[in-house]
Amino acid sequence: MGDISQPKFEIRDLKAYYSDREVIHGINLEINKNEILSLIGPANSGITTLLRTLNRLCDLNPESRQEGEVVLDGKNIFDHDIVVTQLRRRVGMVFDVPTPLPLSIFDNVAYGLKIIKMSKADTANQVEQALRMSALWEEVKDRLSTPGMSLSGGQQQRLCMARVLALEPEVVLLDRPCSGLDPISTARIEESLMEIKEKYTIVIAPHNVQQAARISDRVGFMLLGDLIEVDTKELIFSDPRDQRTSDYVTGRFG
Amino acid sequence: METPIKKMNTTSKANERIAIAVIWAAAIFVLALLVSIIVHILFNGLPYITWEFLTQIPRNMGRDGGVSSTIVGTFLITIVAIAIALPMGIGTAFYLAEYTRENIVTKIIRFSAESLAGIPSIVYGLFGFIFFVISLDLGWSILSGGLTLALMILPTIIRTSEEAIRAVPVVFREVSYSLGATKFQTIFKAVFPSAMRGIVNGTILSIGRCVAETAAVILTAGSALRMPSSLSSPTRTMAVHFYILAREGISMENAYGTAALIMIIIFLINIVANTIVNRFIAKSR
Repeated sequence: MGDISQPKFEIRDLKAYYSDREVIHGINLEINKNEILSLIGPANSGITTLLRTLNRLCDLNPESRQEGEVVLDGKNIFDHDIVVTQLRRRVGMVFDVPTPLPLSIFDNVAYGLKIIKMSKADTANQVEQALRMSALWEEVKDRLSTPGMSLSGGQQQRLCMARVLALEPEVVLLDRPCSGLDPISTARIEESLMEIKEKYTIVIAPHNVQQAARISDRVGFMLLGDLIEVDTKELIFSDPRDQRTSDYVTGRFG
Repeated sequence: METPIKKMNTTSKANERIAIAVIWAAAIFVLALLVSIIVHILFNGLPYITWEFLTQIPRNMGRDGGVSSTIVGTFLITIVAIAIALPMGIGTAFYLAEYTRENIVTKIIRFSAESLAGIPSIVYGLFGFIFFVISLDLGWSILSGGLTLALMILPTIIRTSEEAIRAVPVVFREVSYSLGATKFQTIFKAVFPSAMRGIVNGTILSIGRCVAETAAVILTAGSALRMPSSLSSPTRTMAVHFYILAREGISMENAYGTAALIMIIIFLINIVANTIVNRFIAKSR
């Protein structure tokens, strides 16, 4: 795993493009192990693009292109010998809308495990662990074979989290995971994030500034493709260096 | 007080009523038409569908005996056609929807498929006769007929499958990739099950066309009445049998019986296929 001082991710001068449009203008950012890093900013800040770059999901868009380096545990993820499917297992992603596949609850969580051909007994065990970690096990343990889509929105999003956690990733990316959820479901997800950060590194685009204040260790503020500043949440919310950060977190724009 | 806005509201209410009436009338008219055709054929045909009719081969050109050999012929030709067209069609549909971006090749494939869908079946029959029956020397046979029908239904299968695949939400693919799946795993495990319903609908439509086809079959599979012994035997399908019985005035009774039987079989195929798909989907969800 390397020593504790080495960051999990080192992003060096990252630029991202969609066809000819530059949407991220050279970002430098270090993401530490076992921290919750929130990336806040208004729409079009490049946060989603940045998250999708970290597990190379942006590759799915043939128009997208990146320059610079994203180093995960000392290895640039844009290197040619990187196996993208392995990278995505190490860096999991929870999307902004709950997206259960049209499969049973069990099969949704087991989806990634079946791909790596885990044995049935191990899979069952892993599915249970993942559902417990995302605080869904007690609610679904008696109906694992019912459709994932039959769950409520908040349960579906926890299902999606379980699906990622089942693969025991090293980093979990969450792109506004609570945007459509009620406060109780949101609180559940935040609680499980606080618990699992012991084991994982978490990068989240929270759906509002208050969420960032509740759960983060550090907060980064992005605006129109630039990372304006990144610091501990105490400093970002009480004494930011940049006027724009201050204006955003106090709600003067956004 | 009667303001212009309020007047507008009353007229739009009246329009709404007229629109609803027109839509209902159209629906009822179509329904009545379909029901009357079905009732007419079943009323005239059902009395002749007996155990003997189903199990005996036709005698006296079809005047006597049953239709057993034509049932077997129909099933075999349809199975050959589907067995060839389904994998090819679904493969092409996945190629078009998942493996290429719009370019000259996809345009040519799509344009050809759409043109082929509009060609009268007798033209397929003529092509099948010249190519399969004569050039490839397959003779009038179940194989020639099945291959010709496969060509005929291919455009339908490609188009319905492609539409079904494209209708699968992009997020399903993204989720699958984000969990470490390869492209093939994504297509096989996340896209295909979701597209299944549409693909099956296209297949059922195609089976119906195979069972009902006459022109293309009569030129490629012949019209022999004996029981086929292999895929290289000539045969007569139920639709062709019906056509010959009615056209040559051999037996209107048996023609109606055959027509009713075709309808019932297509109906049963629909029910069976839907049941299987529903089972599959219920299981996978």
